[in-house]
Amino acid sequence: MEHIAIIGNGISGVTLARHIRKLSNKKITIISAETDYFFSRTALMYIYMGHMKFEHTQPYENWFWEKNRIDLKKGYVNTIDTDNKTLHFAEGDTMTYDKLIIASGSKPNKFGWPGQDLEGAIGMYSKQDLDALEKFAPNKEVCKRAVIVGGGLIGIELAEMLNSRGIPVTFLVRENSFWNGVLPVGESGMINRHIKNHHIDLRLGSNLKEIKSDENGKVKSIVITETGEEIECNIVGLTAGVSPNISFLKDSGIELGRGVKVNPYLETNIKDIYAIGDCAEQHEGINGRRPIEAVWYTGRMMGETLAQTICGNKMAYNPGHWFNSAKFLDIEYQTYGWVFNAPREDEAHFHWIHEDDTKCITVNYNKKTNAFIGINNFGIRMRHETFDKWLTEKRDVDYVMNHLHEANFDPEFYKHFEKDILKAYNQQLQTA
Amino acid sequence: MSNKINHSMSLASPDAFHISTKQKIALGLGLVGLLILALALLNVSLPNTALFLVLALGLITVGTVIYARDAYLTKLEGIKNDGVWFKSISSRGFWGWALGIILTTFYIVLYFYPQYLGLGQDGAKNTGLIGFFDPLSNLLSGRAASQWFVYGTLYTIAIGAFGYKFILKYRHNKYQQLRTISVIFFQLGFAYLIPEFMYLMNNDLPYYDLKSVWPLNYYIFDEWSVKGFLSNGNIGLALIIFGILSTLVITPILTYKYGKRWYCSWVCGCGGLAETAGDSFRQLSSKKMSAWKIERWLIHLVLVFSVVMTTAMVYSYLGKDSNAFWLTRGVFITSVIAFLTVIFAGIMFFRGKELGKDAKYGAIGYATVIALLLIMHLTSTTDHLFFVKGSALRSVYGIYVGSIFSGVIGTGFYPILGSRSWCRFGCPMAAILGFQQRMLSKFRITTNGGQCISCGNCSNSCEMGIDVRHYAQKGENIVRSSCVGCGVCSAVCPRGVLKLENDSMEGRINPTEILLGNDVDLMDLVNKN
Repeated sequence: MEHIAIIGNGISGVTLARHIRKLSNKKITIISAETDYFFSRTALMYIYMGHMKFEHTQPYENWFWEKNRIDLKKGYVNTIDTDNKTLHFAEGDTMTYDKLIIASGSKPNKFGWPGQDLEGAIGMYSKQDLDALEKFAPNKEVCKRAVIVGGGLIGIELAEMLNSRGIPVTFLVRENSFWNGVLPVGESGMINRHIKNHHIDLRLGSNLKEIKSDENGKVKSIVITETGEEIECNIVGLTAGVSPNISFLKDSGIELGRGVKVNPYLETNIKDIYAIGDCAEQHEGINGRRPIEAVWYTGRMMGETLAQTICGNKMAYNPGHWFNSAKFLDIEYQTYGWVFNAPREDEAHFHWIHEDDTKCITVNYNKKTNAFIGINNFGIRMRHETFDKWLTEKRDVDYVMNHLHEANFDPEFYKHFEKDILKAYNQQLQTA
Repeated sequence: MSNKINHSMSLASPDAFHISTKQKIALGLGLVGLLILALALLNVSLPNTALFLVLALGLITVGTVIYARDAYLTKLEGIKNDGVWFKSISSRGFWGWALGIILTTFYIVLYFYPQYLGLGQDGAKNTGLIGFFDPLSNLLSGRAASQWFVYGTLYTIAIGAFGYKFILKYRHNKYQQLRTISVIFFQLGFAYLIPEFMYLMNNDLPYYDLKSVWPLNYYIFDEWSVKGFLSNGNIGLALIIFGILSTLVITPILTYKYGKRWYCSWVCGCGGLAETAGDSFRQLSSKKMSAWKIERWLIHLVLVFSVVMTTAMVYSYLGKDSNAFWLTRGVFITSVIAFLTVIFAGIMFFRGKELGKDAKYGAIGYATVIALLLIMHLTSTTDHLFFVKGSALRSVYGIYVGSIFSGVIGTGFYPILGSRSWCRFGCPMAAILGFQQRMLSKFRITTNGGQCISCGNCSNSCEMGIDVRHYAQKGENIVRSSCVGCGVCSAVCPRGVLKLENDSMEGRINPTEILLGNDVDLMDLVNKN
């Protein structure tokens, strides 16, 4: 029986394993050094906040794996002998495979800051990171202040986590507005204000110069590059993005760039070895996407696709319309299609913001053809299916604005804003 | 380990989630109110009973209100679940167990030993806690209090005060607010005040909570109840006709249009208490597959039991002579069997395929009921059913289902099994409504394409123990008979994935393999198989 070994028990690897099982009888082993069972990485924050326990973040009960004949192996792969199709584990044992899938995910970026490896300098990606946070920042008595470096999705989640335990947070963001490499200015500005409303000390345009150590090799303070200001703190959260977790592959002969290089079939340069999820890097981005997509949904889609290939129905990874979502403290965010931080050539943005400063949308469209390109919605839920359909049907922006109510996905009895939005849209057109 | 739980006994808990000084004062006020009730229970003579009663109930209410305002209005609108799994009381810690034991004890005394609450025996005056409530009962209906009046008053106050807390907790969510206002209204008006006023107007009329529908009010078709209604002329007759219509006409129509939520989380008193006072315990319900299996067996057993029992009750006081009254035992049992058969056949015909393996269990349930009814008919004597006295049979049902299950376990075990264990494992009404919700209703929880991140907030907050995530992460709508439509899964979802909706029956159940957002060809290939 063919043995499929999957390195990594995250959403990519687990989705792949589940789909291979549905399609075949192959022997499947999922390898992880992080945890015994699959858990939802996106839910780690809720454990620290006390909304859930760790076991609640596990989407499948523990009996699921045996019932579906998916073997779980706890171990860290040190090296891969691709000639003999053998994995060598840090624990000393080995395992042979017929096909190998690398789904080892990401690790937090560290940019060579002085003091970045001190005790109390932590990322927020793995279960081990969460354990470290619990150790160094169990409450506001032990952790009198936390500094977070890096204004992205993980940074703001870490800020929310610490905030829930009353730990004062200083949030260093390199850009002059939160996540404005991705979000248009109106949205980014709204999130800036929302962060401050949560009493988080947001420092825009601020870089980390160094992390200072106390006599025990523990974080004592940080220094800001721009102002030279020193801020005392007990932990530093390093959340300046993530990059592929592939250091264990460096002598394997598998072609690496920033990630594991793959073709559209998710094949590496070595036969029978594939890579999916955060750690995979396309030679060229597909459908205007980035070569590396470190997103939950794309990892899942790669798993769904590769299962077909492995089970004999060779398929290229060809994802549909882009979508994503996040939550910034109390404000939910969804996006469908493409909205960039500033309109690209021939593009224009329509922006509407509610006076309560917690809801807004940005619609991106082509100025010349009027084609609808994408939407960012904050504080208003929208229907994935509807936007997916409109994008496929290549609707124009007028159609989308006039039918926006059809896409509304807010709970019943919520106030609707489609009329206000349409009015603002029509006014803008008249004055433009 | 990061997933620590502090089972601290100390009120000044060492964990990260402190309560503010104002919240401590509020807790203190509430406890003083409870202390006054405890003093009354211990027969400590209080000078002005009415004044102290107002004081006690007022302090409990005001304490809860102040606590809620300080807990929620000092923060921005949003999801407020910080620390629920750290607090001893809401994570089966010491205080959780302590509260569970106190509540359970209270229910046992209430149902089985009301004399210890001070209920006057054999016409004697009430003393203790029940005597303490006499002034209020006199004011409302001109009679002395009973243990049920005391219970009803405390119940109504709990729904009101904790309902207020819930409304503040979800002050960004109109659905939650309206639903809570609705349960407060129905509890205060229909369950509490109107029956008292009905007694004032016509004191022979049996207690009738108009919103309580058979099989929840299993006693409505008892001999004493039916006779009580019928001896009260047109109003009594109207009430009993309303009771029958509620079950056979009104309920199915509303459930078709809105799902069982119209009842379970907008009207019902049991649901009302669970959603308000029980809100802090919703996360404790088990989401395991094994719990779901137990649930399905248990709740349908109770349903079978309650159908047979109600039929038996009515049967027991009907005669055999059609000249005396057209509805004889024979006519009655025949029509009940015919009615059940029509329903069963209809379901099998229209939905049999979709039910799959469950159809077999449905058939077993149906066959059991029919067999029991036939056995009863063939072996009955004038006052014996199933070889026991009819009245004894009824009291078994009353004790095991009406009292022990719904009260002692259902509410007493809030801090252990979660807030809806009665609704989930035992309520025959929920079983009927749920059955219809699954088979014939426009209601579903829609999953928003491929947006689910499997975080588990939805499952965690489901008081009915539904593993909501199991469906959401497959992009599949949630159509489950047990869903009471509280809407909290939708509220807590961080990615806007879930929406409670009434829409057409077409495409309501939509199992998928490949989620929206992936390759169109792949989705077509796999999902259409």
